[in-house]
Amino acid sequence: MKHTISLLVENKFGVLARIAGLFSARGYNIASLAVSETLDPTVSYMTIVVEAKDEKILEQVKKQLNKLIDVITVTDYTKKEHVDRELILAKINFAAKDKNKLANIFHKYVGKVIQHKGDIAIIEAVGDSTQIKALLEVLDKFGVRELIRTGKLAISN
Amino acid sequence: MKGSEILLEALKREGVEVMFGYPGGQVLPIFDSLYDSDIKFILTRHEQGAAHAADGYARATGKVGVCLATSGPGATNLVTGIANAYMDSIPMVAITGQVKSFLIGNDAFQEADVTGITRPITKHNYLVKDVKDLTRTIREAFYIASTGRPGPVLIDIPSDIQLMDGEFIWPKNVEIRSYNPTLFGHPGQIKKAARLITAAKKPIIYAGGGVISSGAHKELKMLAEKINAPLTWTLMGIGGFPSTHELALGMLGMHGTAYANHAIMESDLIIAVGARFDDRVTGRLDAFAPYAKIIHIDVDPSSISKNVNVHIPIVGDAKNILIELLKEIKKTPNTGDWLKTVEGWKKKYPLSYKDDGKLKPQFVIEQLYEVTEGEAIITTEVGQNQMWAAQWYKYTAPRTFISSGGLGTMGFGLPAAMGVKVGCPERVVFDIAGDGSIQMNIQELMTCVANKINVKVAILNNGYLGMVRQWQELFYKHRYSQVGISSPDFVKLAESYGAAGICVTKKEEVRPALEKAMSIDNTVLIDFRVEPEENVFPMVPAGQAINQFIGGLA
Repeated sequence: MKHTISLLVENKFGVLARIAGLFSARGYNIASLAVSETLDPTVSYMTIVVEAKDEKILEQVKKQLNKLIDVITVTDYTKKEHVDRELILAKINFAAKDKNKLANIFHKYVGKVIQHKGDIAIIEAVGDSTQIKALLEVLDKFGVRELIRTGKLAISN
Repeated sequence: MKGSEILLEALKREGVEVMFGYPGGQVLPIFDSLYDSDIKFILTRHEQGAAHAADGYARATGKVGVCLATSGPGATNLVTGIANAYMDSIPMVAITGQVKSFLIGNDAFQEADVTGITRPITKHNYLVKDVKDLTRTIREAFYIASTGRPGPVLIDIPSDIQLMDGEFIWPKNVEIRSYNPTLFGHPGQIKKAARLITAAKKPIIYAGGGVISSGAHKELKMLAEKINAPLTWTLMGIGGFPSTHELALGMLGMHGTAYANHAIMESDLIIAVGARFDDRVTGRLDAFAPYAKIIHIDVDPSSISKNVNVHIPIVGDAKNILIELLKEIKKTPNTGDWLKTVEGWKKKYPLSYKDDGKLKPQFVIEQLYEVTEGEAIITTEVGQNQMWAAQWYKYTAPRTFISSGGLGTMGFGLPAAMGVKVGCPERVVFDIAGDGSIQMNIQELMTCVANKINVKVAILNNGYLGMVRQWQELFYKHRYSQVGISSPDFVKLAESYGAAGICVTKKEEVRPALEKAMSIDNTVLIDFRVEPEENVFPMVPAGQAINQFIGGLA
C-alpha cells in the first residue's frame, strides 16, 4: 500500500540524505519526493510517497524519522484527511487535425496544452492522483512520448 | 581566538578532562593548541583504539567520552568505534579534521566524506562550515550525545576553520526545536502498569542497558523487592542489579541461564526496563513468552513494539518512571508460588561446567572474581571470552561490566579497558580476552605502558576463534574452517612492549598468577592456555525458542 508522509525539517544541507538513508537502509524505494522551503525559510516541507509492504516496518521508519535531530514533525496522511496534488508535464504526439479533440479533452479533464511544435504538444496538468490517472489514460491514445511528474504534494485540511 | 582554541575552550566548558586520539595533517592547528591546553591527551596507537577508549571511558564514568582524529583514514579508522558506541547507546563525541572547506569534494589528499560515512552510525553529526558555528555546534553535540537515548555525535571540522579567527561566544543554553526527548512517563500509562503488576501472578523484570545509562539501579532493586519478582538482565544490563541477590536470575537469551529463559517463557507479565528485545534475547520471536503481557519502559519510542508487541509502553527515562511506578504500586502481588517454581529451575539447571582437572576458562573467571573480591571493572572482547565473563564473574554494581553488546566488536576490550582505567584510576581493570580478539588491537599495549595505564589482560587462549569454532562444531558438522588461529608468544610480546607477561598452563597456577598480576605495578598480560574445545553453555541455537537450549554438562 502507498503511504503519503509529510515532514517538516530543518532547512540545512545533509537533511535530505539523512531521510533518504532511513528508507534506503531498509530497502524501501521512495516512489515520489517533493521538497521546498516553507514560509519560514529555516524550515523545509517534504512530501514523501512510499510503497510499504509491511506496516510494522513503516511504523518503525516513521519513528526513526522522528528520531532524526533535524526532523521537526512527521505526519502520515494515509489515514488522515488531506488535499493532494501533483503536476505533470507530458510530450504527446500531435497532428493539426487533433486540435479540437484535444481541446475537448481538456474540457473534461484537468490540464492544458502549453505549447505545440511540429508533431509534438507539451501539456501540463495539476490534479490529485485520480484526476492525473484519468487524464493519462485518455492521452495514451495520442501516444505519450515523455512524461515527468513532480511527485505528490499533500497538505492537511 | 583561532577556531582550534575556541574548540578546546568549548571542550573545557563541557567538562572534558581527557581525550583519546591521534594527530594528522588536517588537525595540526588543534594539536598546536593542545600543546598549551590542560586537557589530558592520550595518544593511542590506532584511531580505533582511541574510539573504543573514549567509549570505555564513557561507560565506566557516565561522562561523555571524546576522541579526536585527522581527516580521511584517521576518521575512517574511528568508524568501527563510533558504530560500536551507537549500537550500545554510549555518549561520545568524535572530532575529526577535514580538508580545507574550499577543497571539500575535490578528492583532496586524505579526504573522505566523513559526515556521509557516519550518518547511519551516529545519533547526529555536523560539518562545521563557519567558525561562528563552532561553540554552538559543540554545545549541541554534547547535549545530544548525553540526553535522551545517548549516542555518539561526530563533529567534522575543516582545517581552515580551525585556523580562522573568531570570537568565543558560549551559548547560555541549548535549544533544538526538533529534539525534545521524553523524560517523564505518561501518568496514565504508569497507573495502568501498576494495576497490571499488582494483578500479576508470575511477573518477571527484564532489565537492559537503559537501567545503567539512566542510573536507575537503586529504583530497579526497590521495584524487584517491592513486588517480589525475579529479575533477569541482558548483556548490556549486567551490573544494573546485584547478581548475588536472591531474586537475580542472571542473563537471559542465547547464552543466558536456563532458569532465566524458563522464567521468561512461563511468566504472565514481563516488565522490560531499558531493554530492546534484541534477537539474541528473544530467540524465535513467535514463540517468545507466549503467556506474558508486556510493560515496556524505554526512553526511545522507536524501541517500543519494534520486535515484540507491547501491551503497555511507557516512554521516558527509566529512573524517573520507576520512581513514579513505585509510588503507584500499593499492593504487593502474591508471587510465592512463582518464586518457588523459579527456585526449582535454578536448582535443576544451574550454570555449570565439567571440572576434570584441566584448565577451564570458566575456572579462570571464577578465580578472577575471588582474587579481585568482585571489585574489578571487567571489560571483554567478543566471543566465548565475553560470554564466560558475563556468566561467571558476579557483578554487583553498575558500570563494572564493559562489553561490546550490539555491534559485537572484536578488539574492543583492551582499548576500552584503557579508557576505563583513565576514568577510574583507582580501580582494578581486567580485560577478559580471547587469543583472537586480543590480536585485533594489541598495539594499544604500547599506549597502556607509555601512559602508565596499568590494565590487566587475561587471555583465555584456546588456539581458536572459539565462538565460531563452537558454531562450526555444533551446526556445521565439525568442519573447522579457518578458525584455528596462531598467536605470538604473549609473554615475550608483553615484555617487548614493556609490560609484564605471565603464562599459565595448569589449573593450580591460575590463582598465583592472578595474585601476581594484581601486585605488579604495570600492565600485565596473562596467557591462560585453556582447554581448546570448551563450549559456552547453555546455548539456544539461532532461530529457536529460548527454552530450547543445548545443555550445560557435557
